[in-house]
Order: sequence, then C-alpha cells, then structure tokens
Amino acid sequence: MSVPATATHVVEPAAGPRVRRRLPRWWFAAALFAVLFALSVLEAVTGAHDLVSRGTVAATLIAVVPIMLAGLGGLWSERAGVVNIGLEGMMILGTWGAGYFGYHYGAWAGVAGAIMMGMLGGLVHAVATVTFGVDHIISGVAVNIIALGAVQYLASLTFVGLPGGGQTQSPKIPDVQTITITPVGDGLGDIADKDIFFVSQLASVAQALVTNLSLLVVIALLLLVLTWWVLWRTAFGLRLRSCGESPAAAESLGVHVLRYKFAAVLISGGLAGLGGGFLAMVASSNYRDGQTGGRGYIGLAAMIFGNWRPGGLLAGSGLFGYTETLGLRQGSESVHALLLALAVLALAAAVWQARLQQQRAAIITGVVAIGLGVLYFAIDEVPGDFTSMTPYVVTLLVLAFASQRLRMPAADGQIYRKGSAG
Amino acid sequence: MSTPAPPETEPRAASPEVAVRLRGIGKRFPGVVANDDINIDVHRGTIHAIVGENGAGKSTLMKILYGVQPPDSGTIEINGTEVTLHSPADAIKNNVGMVFQHFMLADNLTVLENVVLGAESLHGIGAKARAQVMRISDAYGLGIQPDRLVEELGVGARQRVEILKVLYRGARIVILDEPTAVLVPQEVEELFGNLRELKAEGLSVIFISHKLDEVLSVADEITVIRRGTTVRTVRPEGVTARQLAELMVGSELPSPSTEVSTVTDEVLLTVRNLSLPTGEGRPLLDDISFQIHRGEILGIAGVEGNGQAELVEAIMGMRPGVTGTIELSGQDLSHRSTRDRREDGIGYIPEDRHRHGLLLDSPLWENRILGHQYRPPSVNHGLIDKGAARADTLRIIEQYDVRTPGPDVLARALSGGNQQKLIVGREMSGEPILLIAAHPTRGVDVGAQAAIWRHIKNARRNGLAVLLISADLDELIGLSDHIEVILRGRFVGSFDPAGVTPERLGSAMTGAGEDQ
Amino acid sequence: MTRARLTRLGLGIASAVLALLAAFLITSLVLLAAGDPVWDVWSQLLSWPESRNWANIINNASVLYLSGLAVAVGFRMNLFNIGVDGQYRVATFTAAVVAGEAWLPGYLNTALAIVCAMAVGAIWAGIAGALRAMRGVSEVISTIMLNFIATGLVAYLLRQVSVRAEGSNEIGTREIPEGSRIGGLPFGDYDIYGFIVIAAIVGFAFWFVLNRTRFGFDLRATGQSTTAAVASGISVKKMTIAAMMISGAIAGLVGLPILFGDAYTYGSTFQSGLGFAGIAIALLGRNHPIGIAFGALLFAYLDEQSNPLQILVGVSPDIVAITQGVIVLTVVISYELVRRYGVRLEQREVAKALASSRTDRPEEVSA
Repeated sequence: MSVPATATHVVEPAAGPRVRRRLPRWWFAAALFAVLFALSVLEAVTGAHDLVSRGTVAATLIAVVPIMLAGLGGLWSERAGVVNIGLEGMMILGTWGAGYFGYHYGAWAGVAGAIMMGMLGGLVHAVATVTFGVDHIISGVAVNIIALGAVQYLASLTFVGLPGGGQTQSPKIPDVQTITITPVGDGLGDIADKDIFFVSQLASVAQALVTNLSLLVVIALLLLVLTWWVLWRTAFGLRLRSCGESPAAAESLGVHVLRYKFAAVLISGGLAGLGGGFLAMVASSNYRDGQTGGRGYIGLAAMIFGNWRPGGLLAGSGLFGYTETLGLRQGSESVHALLLALAVLALAAAVWQARLQQQRAAIITGVVAIGLGVLYFAIDEVPGDFTSMTPYVVTLLVLAFASQRLRMPAADGQIYRKGSAG
Repeated sequence: MSTPAPPETEPRAASPEVAVRLRGIGKRFPGVVANDDINIDVHRGTIHAIVGENGAGKSTLMKILYGVQPPDSGTIEINGTEVTLHSPADAIKNNVGMVFQHFMLADNLTVLENVVLGAESLHGIGAKARAQVMRISDAYGLGIQPDRLVEELGVGARQRVEILKVLYRGARIVILDEPTAVLVPQEVEELFGNLRELKAEGLSVIFISHKLDEVLSVADEITVIRRGTTVRTVRPEGVTARQLAELMVGSELPSPSTEVSTVTDEVLLTVRNLSLPTGEGRPLLDDISFQIHRGEILGIAGVEGNGQAELVEAIMGMRPGVTGTIELSGQDLSHRSTRDRREDGIGYIPEDRHRHGLLLDSPLWENRILGHQYRPPSVNHGLIDKGAARADTLRIIEQYDVRTPGPDVLARALSGGNQQKLIVGREMSGEPILLIAAHPTRGVDVGAQAAIWRHIKNARRNGLAVLLISADLDELIGLSDHIEVILRGRFVGSFDPAGVTPERLGSAMTGAGEDQ
Repeated sequence: MTRARLTRLGLGIASAVLALLAAFLITSLVLLAAGDPVWDVWSQLLSWPESRNWANIINNASVLYLSGLAVAVGFRMNLFNIGVDGQYRVATFTAAVVAGEAWLPGYLNTALAIVCAMAVGAIWAGIAGALRAMRGVSEVISTIMLNFIATGLVAYLLRQVSVRAEGSNEIGTREIPEGSRIGGLPFGDYDIYGFIVIAAIVGFAFWFVLNRTRFGFDLRATGQSTTAAVASGISVKKMTIAAMMISGAIAGLVGLPILFGDAYTYGSTFQSGLGFAGIAIALLGRNHPIGIAFGALLFAYLDEQSNPLQILVGVSPDIVAITQGVIVLTVVISYELVRRYGVRLEQREVAKALASSRTDRPEEVSA
C-alpha cells in the first residue's frame, strides 16, 4: 500500500526554474543606437573611417539580407521542431532559380523562381524527415549534396551557350527595382560629410536607407516582421510553435503535427531560396557557382545567436553581415580597429566576472583582453584570410560562451511519429 | 488469509442516466491482449474509479475512450448514443476530456497558450480567451494564472491547467489517468476537492488509479480490472482496501516475510553529512548521515521527489555538487568516479532500467558487460572476452530464471520482469559489498517480484549491505531490517519494521505530526 | 554463424540493395525530366571499366574509405563529424610541410608526417568535441564553422611557407623528397596508391577497437544510451572528446594517399569535398568497415565512370552527385524500414520460443 490519503502538512514542490526576464520591446532600437555610438567612438579613437560610412552601411544591408533570410528559414523550420541544416543547399537552388527564371522571364519571375526552387529543396527535406522519419541532420546533409549536384547539372544543361553564360554562371539577370529618395538622400549626405561625431554616422545610416535601396531588402525586412506576427500572434503560429515545443501535447489537442511540420519546412525552403535569389540578383547580377559561400550555415548561426526569435535573428545577421562587409572593404584597417573594440569588451567582461566571484573565468578573460590589446598594437592590419574567417570565429565564440543561456524549441530535432501522444 | 468477496453493485433503481457505457471492449497488440470484454457503466454526476495492477489494461482502455486508439471490438455509448472515435478531436466533440498521467503541456508556452491550443476557434487566442479561462478557473476554484510560463509551475498547478484545458473545451466527461501519482498529499486533497466540485456541476469523472486508499475516499463507484478484463464493479461503502487489492491481483497478495536477522556489527557503508545544495531554496539533500552494516537491509521510505533519487545518484557518483563523506568498507569514496565506485564494490539496480540499466538494442551478453566492463570475466586487459561474457550470461539466465531463448537476443525483446532479473543477476555477479536497489520491483509481474525479493534476501544472508528504496510500503516493511523516512531531503524518522504499520510510515512520509 | 546473425546480415544486404535501386530509379526520373538520354547514361555508368579506370577507382576508393571511417567513428557515438573536410585540410597541409622539410631521412620522414597529420586532425576535431562535452555546443555547427576557419587558416599559412613551382602559377608546399614518397603497388599496367595498405590497417583497427576492446564497448554504449553509460561508470565527456579526436585523427589521413602517392605537394588546388562523401559512405556502409569499403568502391566507381559522360553522352557528370545525395536518403529510409521488420521478426521468435518452452528451463538456441 502506498501513501494514505489523509495528510495535513504541505510539502513544497521542488523549486521551479528561475523566471526568465523578457527583454522590453524597445531593446532593439536601443541596442542599435548603442552600437552606432560605440562605432563612432571607435572611429574617433582609431582613425578608421570606414566603419559606418554610407558605403559600408549599404554593403552591410546587402550582406545581411541573405543571412537573415536563411536564418528566417531556419527559424520557421526549427520552431516547428525540424532542424534544417540543408538551408545552404536550398539557397543554392534559389541562386539557380533566379538565374534561370530571371534571365528568361524577368526580374520578378527570377524572384518567384528562386523561392520555388528553394521550396523544392524544402520538399525533399520535409518528405524525408516528416514522412519517413529520417534523422534531421542526415537529411539536411543529403539535401546539401543533392542541391549542389543538381544545380551544377542544371547549370550546364541550361546556361551553356547563352550569352555570358557557361557551366559555372548564368547570363546577366535583369535587376530588381531600387528606391531612391533623392532630396532626402542628398541632404543626409551633406550631414554625413561634415564629420560631426555620431550625428554624421547616423546620417550615413539614414542615407544608405534611402539611396538605391533594393525592393528585395524591403521585402525581406517585411518578411521578418510578418514572421514575428504570424508565429506569435495567430492561431496558426501558435500551433506551429507547439509542434516544436511539445508535439505530443499538440497532437493530444487535435493539432495535425505532421502537417504543420511539413508546411514549416516548405516555408523554410522558400525563404532560403529567396535568400539565394537575393544573392544572385541584388548582391551580384547573375548566378555563379559557389555564390552562397556558406551563408546557409551562417544564417543558422544567426538564428541560434538570436535565441530562435526574429529580433535576435536580425541582430545576429546584422553582426555577421557587418563583419563580412568589413572584411571585404578595406578589411585590414577596419577589422584591426575592431580588435581594439574586442579587447575593451573582453576587459569589461573580465571585470564583470571578477565581480561575480568567478575568479578563474575572470583571469582567463583578462588574459584574452590583454592579448587582443597587444595584438592590436603589434600589427597594422589583419591579413585577408583572417578577416574572411570572422563570421565563423564569431559564431564559435558565441556558441562557446552563450550556449547555456539559449533556449531552443524543446522538441527541436525530435523525430515525431503520429500517435505518440499519450 | 482470504477475506469474503465484497458484494456486487446492485443496479441503481431510479438510475440517473448513464454518461458512458462500454460494452465488450477488446484490444490486442502483437503478442499481448490488452483489453478483453470490458463492460463499464459510468453514471452521470459521479466519480467512477477504475483500479488495477500495472499492465492490467487501464491505460489502453482510457486511450480507446479518448480516441487515441480504436478498439478491436465492442461499443462505446456516450449519453445514450453509440459513437466511433477516430481521434482525440472526435472525443472532444463528444464532450470527453482527458488529463493524461504525463502532462501534455509545452513548457515554453504560457498557460493561456497551452489552453487555447487546438481550440482557437472557440474564443480566439487573445482577451476573449483569457476572460473565458478566468471564468472557468473561478467557477471551479482552480486558481489559474494565464500568462505564466508552464515551466514555472509546480506539479499541482500544472494538473489544474490540464483540468482547465478539458473544461475549456466543454467536457462533461473528464478522465484522469493516475492523477495522484505525482502529487503530495495536500495537493491530493485539493484535487479531490476540485473533482467534487465538478461532480456537483453534473460532470462525470472517470479516475484511474492503483492507490486504493485514495480511491476509497473519493469515488462513488469502483471498477476493478485484472488482466485486461473487468472483474467487478463495487461501491466503496461495502469494501476494504485489502479486498480491492485481492480483486486486483486475484490471489493471495505476495508479502515478503521476515526471517532470522543477519545483521552484524561490521559497518560497511558510512554516509556523513551528505548534502546537495541547489542554487536557490531548499537543498535536495540536507545533511544526511547513516550507516549500513554487513547483512543489513536499510529501507528508505518517502513520497517520490523528496530526495531518494538524488541520494542514490550521490552515492553512485552520478551527481556533481554533492558535499559530505561516503565511506565503503573504510575507503573514502567521496571524490571517486562512478566507475571507481563500482569497482570498489557497489552494485546498482536502477529505478529506471530502460534508461540506466540496459542497452535495449544490444544482445543480452553485451548487457551483461554493461557496468562491469572494467574487470573479468567480460574483459581482460582491455579486451572483451566474448566467450566468457556469453558463458556468464548463460549462468545468470539459469540462476536467476531469466526467460529468454538465449544470450544473443536483444534486451528490448524481453519482458520487464525478465529484464530486471537479468540486471539483478548481473549486479550480484560483481560480488558487491553494497547493493543499491531502487524500486527493484517496479513494473515487474508478481512472479518476478517474488524472485527478486528472494535474491535480495539471499544477498543479505551472504553478507552484503543493501540500500533499498521503494514506494511499496509492504515491500519496505517486509524486506528491511531498518527503515529511514526521507522528507524534503532529510531523514525525519527511524523505524523498526517489526513494529511499524503502513499508516505510521505514511504519516512520517508526509510530515503529518511535524510542526508547521 | 548463428541463425540470428545470418538473418541480420541478410537483412542488411537487402536494405542496401533496396536503397541503391531506389536511388538509381530517382536519378533516372531526373534524367527523364531534363530530357537526357537515360539508357545511354546508365550504359556508360554501368560499363565495365578499363584497367586504367580500375586503378583510379581503387585509388579514389582508398581515400573515400578513410573519410567514411572517420565519419563512422563519430556516428557510433551519435556524433556528427561534418568537419572531415576541414580536418584533412589542416592535416594534409601539416603533413606536406613536415615531409617537405625532411628533418628525418626516408620513410622515417613519412612516418613523422603521418603522425603529425593525425595529431593535427585530432586536435582540430577535438575542439568541436571539447565544445560539445564542456559547453553542450552542437558538434554539427561547430565542425561546419571549423571547416571554414580551416580554409582561411590554411590559405594564410600556405602563403607564408609556400614555394612556387617552376613555370606555373600555383603555389604549393615544398616537394616531398623521393625517399619519403610511398610507392605504388602494381595493378596490371598501372599503379595503385601504396597508402592503401595503411587504409586497410586502419579499417581493421577500427573494427578491432570498436568490437573487441573495452574502450570500443564504452564508445558504442555511450552512442546507444548516454544515461545507461553514465550509470555504468563511463565518463561521457571523456568519450565525446576521445571519439571526436579519433575521428579527426582518421580524417587527417584522408588526404595522405594523394599526397604521398601522387601530388607530393599541397597546393591551393588540392582536392576538397571528400568529407561529405564520407558521410554518405558511412551511412551506406552502416558504420561497418566492410560495408564502408563497399560504399567507397561504389562511390569511386560512379565518380570515375561519370567522367566521360559529357563527352560521350552530352550529359553533365554532376548527375552522379545527385545520385550520391539521394543514396544518403534512400539508405537511411531503407535501413529503418528493414530494421523495424527485423525487430518484429525477432519479437515473434522470442514469443514463439518462450511459448514452446513454457514449463522447462530455457535452452541455448544458437549454433
């Protein structure tokens, strides 16, 4: 026999996990301002003058969008519980789609084609993982292998013999429209040239936003907002998220878990494909072999960095896009300046850790800070090979240090079979 | 000592309508008959309990009633109309709601989100829904806070969310599967209060349990299920817990009998000031000290979740952050790894054999090696001796009566009782000094249970020290030489099994009699 | 062999064949959709290779075999080592530099270079292993990131230490002296990489360590159930790092057959992309050294036979890459279906055996 029913004394349940602090709504704008301010300071201190110039900001936007779109694709998929590392492959499919349909039928057909091809890749991943229960990582790897082979095969099938085309590139694709608000842009340009601390930098940012802004950039940002709204403010989004948090609970309440996962992976592919299309049509002007350069993976990293939320994803994409841009433009000087910023950050972190009584961690971080500082003063510029590595190194560092604070959807990666409820 | 059979329920003369009528329900799975000719009437506005042993078929029956699985035969009538349920959605449409034993809640979503999920069309997902939730919560005294994350809630609160979920969808028939398994007694009382309120509003409650005392205190009618079929339906007034238990088991209840004491003076295990602090609040283990002598079985009694699992893991070295000393035969184990502790002579029969005791997809002879891979006979100088391992597995199969065609069969293919017997045999083979047995007969059929008790008593006779954790008070009283009660991570009472009753133990386990 | 093991082997082969057939079917559908001649493609792909081709196939297979083995070590522990590409890049570069410097004479030099390659590969993979063990970082992402970092790092270092070959625009490491090169084994009129011997030894060591040693037992147990492994005394953290390091060490060997048998220098055009093929091959071979050998041969065969596709049939050889990717999926699905069938078979056997021996003692039922 077990415990008798009568009892008079309360036994406390085990202490629940600590309440998570939710960031206030305006954190993003505030963080942006803080970053701009810090960069302005850095420019003043180190003499690097390309950190927030109009050209840099414009190039950053172009670099951010594909990463963000890939990350958005990853977010949709993982929020429904399906890990998608095939984003790279779906992006590659998108680049070809843009090249083929864009060349033959015009700019917007290229966009549609990119999305469609990406969805095709998503379809393969969805069928494999949702219908057949294949492990998500393996399926993702397979999609990447298939996509790469398929696109190379299709390229030699469809681009060879066309003017400007060949086995590894497509002919030029017509451009997507851009927006320019000339009077505002010119006015801002004047302010930017005046070199007033912080105001000029703000002006450059604003100017970049109103000059030659591709419609696709606007669409991409709108998609980000739309994602937030759908996933957190509609019934569809709630159901989708529940599939990634507790598919058993969802199924027990009548949610068709497998259908939502399938849809999520398709959407994921479409977004990644759009990212690829952006690469082919806005970041450059045609499809080129190897165009994606690992951005599918960086997008995943941005998603993890952003704790599976759209706002964080944008921050992560911004960080990675910015470091990538810096690496390409006058890379050595700008990245060199960043070294100083890193050294200062590390020093601040070391002080923080010391205050939290984490002696060992504080010492290690302190040593790192000193090392970075010494490095900054010892060398004049950072070699190109290292600047191109920045997104990857940053990702590793973020993962290494912040892994404990991140909260991925509880059932992410779980292979779910219908009828597992109860 | 058999008691006279309790009287069968008379059909009520002026019967309130039957809310649920099950006739001839049957369900088979490959190799096992889960349900066979089940017949139950649940009257409207009553609390109807269904009791049975583990594996008797209760959960399968409830899944059928909730549409998770279709029955192979039989009919279901709800409020007089025959229905076929293809999915939980159908059950919900018929105003049936189910609260599963393992809560179906998404930790990372709020209470409100969990409640409206799947039923967004009823009241939307915003303010209207929130208002409705509060309305139901107030009507039945559930005390719900809609905007808290589920992961912040304790067990009792989560259960109330589950109840609210079914009420939100308009359930008039509420099924609860082992609702008190994870509750402390105070919460059990609160739950029963809620159920009585539901009953007062005319809802019908079906309640699955194997805790007979609780069932007797709250149910209006009790149906006993044994080996997949209904045995009898009785009213609680005319029956005792013991009679119910015998109906459940169908024969004399096994009880481990006490024998001549084998306890010696030699201390084998000494635990001093064992503590496991957590970052905040109450420590999981709070300054625990005890000794076990050669030839002694120390039983630990306690409601689940009071530190037993942590105690076991601390002694095994599987828990970081533990302070205090652990000495085995004079040797200090406090900083040694799990592997070293096993080699020093600790045998471990884990509470959850599938997670901690077996490699389900490996053959039995490889499972023989598990936990003992650092010494002969399975391993010599770092190399696996397959022949010796197989031979020894055969010996264990023979000696411990493990029913299997051979040692090459995958562990997954064995029944729970045989898996447990294999584990017992394996752990004894290491000639341990200390044997830790955590819930050794959980989920095990009656025959295997008797065998395992026999082996534990043998171990004691052969001079081992045994640490026994169990939720089965009869098992504890029958096997132990000495019982300690654990509550909130501390030992709060010592008992001599010869003179103690389950009621006294239960009081100590729940803290009754302690100052507020 | 016991009947149980024979059945398992039979099922294993059947599932592999099933997977291959499905993949070939899907490839044919793609060819049809693209309007390419299906029959011509297959007759070229499935034609019997010439001696020269066989030599190439065996050579490439030995490289792919090492890649598959490296990945398989990780798979046995439920770890995905997607970083074989980066690991063999840093390792081959290291080996090329060490061998080029020739601090030791003859084959001692070679041995040193091989050891260094394995060490570097192990460390590179060990980073991901440590991150996983200590910080819980998914090794999938970290190995992918390390791949890219390896590319940049090696490119930079190559620039620092390279010498320019006469009359060419390529840069590469110093050539390995003649005495340190690994000669070819005669195969008809051609030679195959002598390194194949080492590859075979590694394959045997893989099987032996995994199945016959306690360490291998620990590794497999951790891969099957981390909770059971912890309860049995295994340190999961140590196993994670050890498994990743071993995987990386084997990965470090991937580029060496080419380095010591053909190229004799590491340059910016050294073959890349062998890591992903390794994943497919490990899956196809079910993480078993013999299965992986077959898988490696198959992939090398497809690669070799597809080379002349463009010239002979007018179809891009990349179609084979599609086949290989599809194989990854069909293999996994096929194995899962067959596995479930096998489990049901086994449960029925157990139930039958127990029913027939209900009253007497269970007897041994094996050969």
